[in-house]
Amino acid sequence: MDRVISCAEAVDRLWEFLDHGLDHHDHRAVEKHLAFCVRCCGELEFARQLRCLLGTQTAALPADVEVRLAQFIERLTDSAATEGTA
Amino acid sequence: MLQARDAAAFQQLAREELAGMYALARRLAGQDAEDLVQEALLRACRSFASLRDRQAGGQWLRVILTNVWRDRLRKVAREPAEVSVDDVECFSLYRTLVEEDPFPYSDSLHLDFLGGFSEDDVHAVLGRLPARYRAPLVLRYVEGFPTKQIARTLALPLGTVLSQLHRGRKLFERALWDYAVESGALVGPGSPQEDAPWIG
Repeated sequence: MDRVISCAEAVDRLWEFLDHGLDHHDHRAVEKHLAFCVRCCGELEFARQLRCLLGTQTAALPADVEVRLAQFIERLTDSAATEGTA
Repeated sequence: MLQARDAAAFQQLAREELAGMYALARRLAGQDAEDLVQEALLRACRSFASLRDRQAGGQWLRVILTNVWRDRLRKVAREPAEVSVDDVECFSLYRTLVEEDPFPYSDSLHLDFLGGFSEDDVHAVLGRLPARYRAPLVLRYVEGFPTKQIARTLALPLGTVLSQLHRGRKLFERALWDYAVESGALVGPGSPQEDAPWIG
């Protein structure tokens, strides 16, 4: 039989729930809690949005940094190839 | 050190992954990002011959970059103090928003709050977190590393990583709230600035 958990317990595990990081029994307990608790469903949606915000990344590489790093890669591989053939 | 063919392959891989590496380095090390990428590329070049699965080269580079960052962190002085997370354990951003109600006329209070944060704001908020909590958050939620791999990469027990993730999430919520308050962006009911944009 599934364990009944409080709102505090459910909220504390929402990120792990979204990450599929809970064991089967805990996952099921959170799932059952969410089935009847509207407030915790709001918290679940908020946790989902927070995860998206945290993961926001456009990976923009400033042009000047890109040029310098590209030059660095070129020097690095030239040097490594020279050593490799020596 | 590298055969000409390997050197060309490494150069191609490094160029393709440069933006992603820099983004991760920026999240982990802030202003030292470029330097961190260079050191990671240097280390990666030395061991490129050992990379068996070239398709996994992107993740391989990210793991090396994280290792370099971790090694650097160990060399520098310890962080100022073990940050007390007791006071954030009970903090809930969701409930705080309900209680403080910064947007009284909003039908979507929580989404409006999060929608005010630009990528630079999130970067700044993450930068406020101690490195030991920031790194697992970045690796898990930005890079998508499984927790076991984070543990291997950071050379920490899995339980420690899970604990740091839990505390890191709490600290992130708290830091988001503090950042919004400090920016003067949260507007109370009846304020003349009520309709003003609140961040940025």
